[in-house]
Amino acid sequence: MSLTVSIRKRLGNFTLDVSFETDDPITGLLGASGSGKSMTLKCIAGVETPDEGRIVLDGETLFDTAHGVNLPPQRRRVGYLFQHYALFPHMTVKQNILCGMRGEKDRVVRQHRLDEMFDLLQLTGLEKRRPAQLSGGQAQRVALARMLVSRPRLLLLDEPFSALDSYLRDTLQPALKGLLHAYGRQAMLVTHSRDEAYRLCERLCVMDEGRILRADNTKAVFANPGSVPTARLTGCKNIAPAVKASAYQVDVPGWNLRLTTAQPVPDGIRAVGLRAHAFSPDEKQNRFAIERESEIEQPFEWTILFRCAGQDTALPALWWHMPRDKKPAAIPRLLGVSPDDVLLLT
Amino acid sequence: MDWFPLFNSLRIASISSILMFFASIAAAYYTARLPRVIKGALDVILTLPLVLPPTVIGYLLLLLFGRQRPLGMAFERIGLQFVMTWYGGVLTAAFVAFPLLYRTARGAFEAFDQTLAQAGQTLGLSNTYIFWRIRMPACRQGILAGFVLAFARALGEYGATSMLIGYTPGRTATIATTVYQLWRTGDNRQALCWALINLVISAGGLFTVVLLERGQRKEVRYT
Repeated sequence: MSLTVSIRKRLGNFTLDVSFETDDPITGLLGASGSGKSMTLKCIAGVETPDEGRIVLDGETLFDTAHGVNLPPQRRRVGYLFQHYALFPHMTVKQNILCGMRGEKDRVVRQHRLDEMFDLLQLTGLEKRRPAQLSGGQAQRVALARMLVSRPRLLLLDEPFSALDSYLRDTLQPALKGLLHAYGRQAMLVTHSRDEAYRLCERLCVMDEGRILRADNTKAVFANPGSVPTARLTGCKNIAPAVKASAYQVDVPGWNLRLTTAQPVPDGIRAVGLRAHAFSPDEKQNRFAIERESEIEQPFEWTILFRCAGQDTALPALWWHMPRDKKPAAIPRLLGVSPDDVLLLT
Repeated sequence: MDWFPLFNSLRIASISSILMFFASIAAAYYTARLPRVIKGALDVILTLPLVLPPTVIGYLLLLLFGRQRPLGMAFERIGLQFVMTWYGGVLTAAFVAFPLLYRTARGAFEAFDQTLAQAGQTLGLSNTYIFWRIRMPACRQGILAGFVLAFARALGEYGATSMLIGYTPGRTATIATTVYQLWRTGDNRQALCWALINLVISAGGLFTVVLLERGQRKEVRYT
């Protein structure tokens, strides 16, 4: 199992320039809207054509401008789950799913696969419904079934949960993960949700303005984002410009802080990131005085917005998240940050 | 009463709108993907018959398809003569009906959700299957409404028709030209009778359009 992608495509003044290789079961494309994630998937599926480059799946070349190869989407055997599922509105659920196996001439095999899919995705009873009569979760299952009966070699999922409400999203994520692993082929998932990326993907490609900023193991990307846009996309709330002070120290003039780091400070450092849950009044290192600015109450979390003593007034307040039950009775005067939690961004 | 004008009108309107149905769908499908400038220019040319005076269309058709003109002579060689025959009626009706079909078909194609076609492709469906079994059914109501409008327009065509094929009872007479002749000769009873027939057919057609447009709730929303 392996997928190699190296493509370029110009669209007006936007340029998609993407190269990555993956052999992990589920690879995520994480990026803001308009960063080129869906376009990348569409190029892999063959419904959009890159200007140049090559795409190789399990040793078979799907697209290669150097050798004039461009397999039509029908022959790529790459499944695509569209953001709004793209169910054919005038067909019933059963007819929709049968569209996925029109190449299969044997009626017995077709019926068998259909039964299998109805069981697996709990679609029994919905056969005669039209897409307009389905709930969001049901529509997603029908679209999955339609894609899986076509026996694709690679599954591409374009924001599979964005059309669903948050409750459904949380309950369906583990189910989808199980289904993808059971299917046993590689999958790629486009998302702008860091939680979704973290929960579902072993490997992550972080995209920004048509380029891949970082492609690595998911946990490594979150632990060490490496650049400002990646830190933002992985949910880092507090980012400020920084300069190297010594091998294990950085100065953050905007926050009026000097922070000790666990990692050696690279010469090209441009900023540091501190995640909102990294602060603690009990931490002994990197202690600094704070002034409370405001608080945000959430159902299960508490956020305190504070400023460092001597902070540049042009910079926004810092975010400190904590579980509700860990909220201190009084706002502490001093906070600390472990050197492990100082993210060095270049 | 001689029913020939009804028969002739219906056959001219049916044949021309069916021919233009396919022509306009092909035109709408291919122009939808052209660059904007070319699309705009083609739009003007393909929609012109809608706004030109029927006499101008009739005159232009005579210039093109007259018996001494190159196109007219070319068609006559394969046995098709347009001047003073009911084939000419089909020709003029097709010209005036085409823009109506073309505009509605193009509107429907442009509103079509491209991800449906892309989904079909990734599922391995052939492009022909996608066109006839996914794109056309999804655009069905818009295109059918255009067809009915075009049919009604073809049925009501008078100016260009009378210039190209004239009025020969039993050969080229249509409802429209018959009403004019009857009025001119002072036969008010019969003229009124034909006027009512035309009114009923056209009103029926337009009512169908209204029904089709009301049924046009295509967008799928999940709850």
